[in-house]
Amino acid sequence: MIKYIENRKFYYILSGLMVIFSLFFLLMYKLNVGIDFTGGTNWSITTTLNMDEIKSIIGANKVAINRIDGTETEFNISLEPITLDQKNKILDQFKEKDSLIIENKFETIGPALGKELLIKTLIAVAVSSIAIMLYVSHQFKETVFGVSAIIAMVHDIFILIGSFSVLGYFYGVQVDSLFVTAVLITLSFSVHDTVVVFDRFREVRKNNPKAILEDQINLAINSTMVRSLNNSVTTAIMLLAVFLLGGDTIKWFVLALFIGIIVGTYSSPFVSTPLVYEWLKRRK
Amino acid sequence: MIKSRLKIYYLIVIVTVVCFFIAVPTIPVKFNIGQYKIDTAIGGDVIEANFPIIGNINKKFEFKRGLDIQGGVHVVLQADMQEIAEIDRLNAVESVKNVIERRVNLFGVSEPTIVTSKIGVGDSAEYRVIADMPGVSDTKEAIRLIGETAQLEFRTLYEPIDGVESPEGLIDIQGLGAFLPTDLNGKDLRRAEVVFNNSPQGTDSGPQVSLSFNIDGSKKFAKLTQDNLGKPIAIFLDDQIVSAPTVQSVIADGNAVISGSFTVDQANSLAIQLRAGALPVPVKIIEQQEIGPTLGQVSVKRTFIAGVIGFILVTLFMFFYYGKLGIIANIALSIYVLIVIAIYKGLIPGLGAIVLTLPGLAGFLLSIGMAVDANILIFERIREELLQKKPLGIAIELGFQRSWSSVHDSNVSTLITAFVLINPFNWNFLVTSGPVRGFAITLAIGVIVSLFTGVVVTRNLIRVFFKGAKVT
Repeated sequence: MIKYIENRKFYYILSGLMVIFSLFFLLMYKLNVGIDFTGGTNWSITTTLNMDEIKSIIGANKVAINRIDGTETEFNISLEPITLDQKNKILDQFKEKDSLIIENKFETIGPALGKELLIKTLIAVAVSSIAIMLYVSHQFKETVFGVSAIIAMVHDIFILIGSFSVLGYFYGVQVDSLFVTAVLITLSFSVHDTVVVFDRFREVRKNNPKAILEDQINLAINSTMVRSLNNSVTTAIMLLAVFLLGGDTIKWFVLALFIGIIVGTYSSPFVSTPLVYEWLKRRK
Repeated sequence: MIKSRLKIYYLIVIVTVVCFFIAVPTIPVKFNIGQYKIDTAIGGDVIEANFPIIGNINKKFEFKRGLDIQGGVHVVLQADMQEIAEIDRLNAVESVKNVIERRVNLFGVSEPTIVTSKIGVGDSAEYRVIADMPGVSDTKEAIRLIGETAQLEFRTLYEPIDGVESPEGLIDIQGLGAFLPTDLNGKDLRRAEVVFNNSPQGTDSGPQVSLSFNIDGSKKFAKLTQDNLGKPIAIFLDDQIVSAPTVQSVIADGNAVISGSFTVDQANSLAIQLRAGALPVPVKIIEQQEIGPTLGQVSVKRTFIAGVIGFILVTLFMFFYYGKLGIIANIALSIYVLIVIAIYKGLIPGLGAIVLTLPGLAGFLLSIGMAVDANILIFERIREELLQKKPLGIAIELGFQRSWSSVHDSNVSTLITAFVLINPFNWNFLVTSGPVRGFAITLAIGVIVSLFTGVVVTRNLIRVFFKGAKVT
């Protein structure tokens, strides 16, 4: 039996560093927020024109044009919100130079919409966290289980958001409404995984009431470790396949899920369970 | 005991067969079982079957493809409620929705989704109509079609009289003069349609919109033409003049024609707008999305292939790690995939077909990876019991019993999250946006179905396949 709980200081330092680094990066460089939240126009076209020609036709100051990876002629144009009429005028100008231009996607979002979605999602996250905390505390008869599960969950979400702050800074990866979905999946996965370890601990405690707390916790972690790893492997296989072979539009969404699943698996034996241990040890 | 188990076997087989036929593409099936004749064409589109007792079943099952897959237009309109009293606003936005729905249907969009949403509370609340129009290629026309108020009015020329102050509500048109409102407007219409009227001289006058009034409108129009013989009657749309023909004779049959320099599309839109009625309040577009049809199809194909490869890898993993038990888990997982696809295609009557988007597809593939979790939990437990030298049959039963509380508690936690996000009571402070709710519904479906396949199906399959082992 591996004595996981003896190394808990190491987990605390590792988790602490990851969370602090995430927070630091988030405060310093923020997130690279997509138009879902800020409002703006996103326009994707296929044309033989080059980047400079596109830029000179659009003429706006705040415009970002990116060639889509792996293509010669597909461009993504992001700019401040423009109306359909404005867009069609620009399109006519494009057509004068390249009559075969194809529009793949055009979207315009007013600035108010995104903020509202974000706030409502945060409220939903808070409500479901409280509900889960109450449920877990009730099922395990002690508040500490619910609180620890939620702390581990918040830890996972911070690391996920922090990773996207880093990805945004270095690779320009944008955070969009899909990212919110990924955060929600991480949230539910994290608690799901934690509860499995807790459940085992509850059973071990019941069957060996006289054993010392360290052994009970270690036994619970040991006997759920293979299950945790295998469950992550099957989930990671699916995500990796979609990340490598799937469509481009969901690539970063899938990566976010991947990160979420990894930290969600890590935090169950190495964050939430040691927290329960600390609490119970001090109470005794 | 034996009887109730048999019932569960039948249930599993029936569910699997039904879901199989709904999930896979069309396969014609014709055969006889004893006295029952089965003559069916089952598959991706239609289920038509003649069942004894139940009778005829004829239902279309198909994927509802989201805008990002099919291409189309997504528009969010905000209603301008300044002029409307607070208590009437909900009604107003509802009638905006109805009018837009009529317009979109008349435009020929198949399966549009049009919903209203209210953001905030009290006087500052905002009222919105969200329209998704899949498969629309002429986006320019579609957006113009639904965004215009389409307030049709008939006005007469105002002749100023010296010393008398001008009445209110005049609209001044340069070169033509000022026009007075009348009591005849869009509400008096019975029909509006596009006609192509070639003039007697043989010159093509282009498309026109012919109007016919209802009884009330006909009377008003007759009186109007009588009073204005030899003078113009102007037709206004949203305070803009469309045409101002001069009245040649009294028109008593309630028919009129709007001619302008319309293109065919413009004339069509106008006719649709007039038929569907005017919007009770002005709206403005605050968000719009146009997606070309090719982008999504390429991505779907690639994601689908990725999913198939991922599925094969997961089943291989389960087989190599758990051997015979792994095969059973793989059968259960295949049943999981069939059931979920069938539900997406509209298996559950109250739920209807689930709109399938690209992220939704990714979420479904993720759920395949997670659906084996219950199996893994149970199998690990069985292994533990075997390590304690218990006979296989007992180990299996104990494995199921002892892992149940983990399976139950962990899945309930996930369902709690899904429940809050689905927001079934429509609480205003929670998420009301479509995509998040859609995700939560698919999450809940995944959890519930994986519980069924991971626990019920697996357990019964094990009882069949491990008959050699003594099951207590």
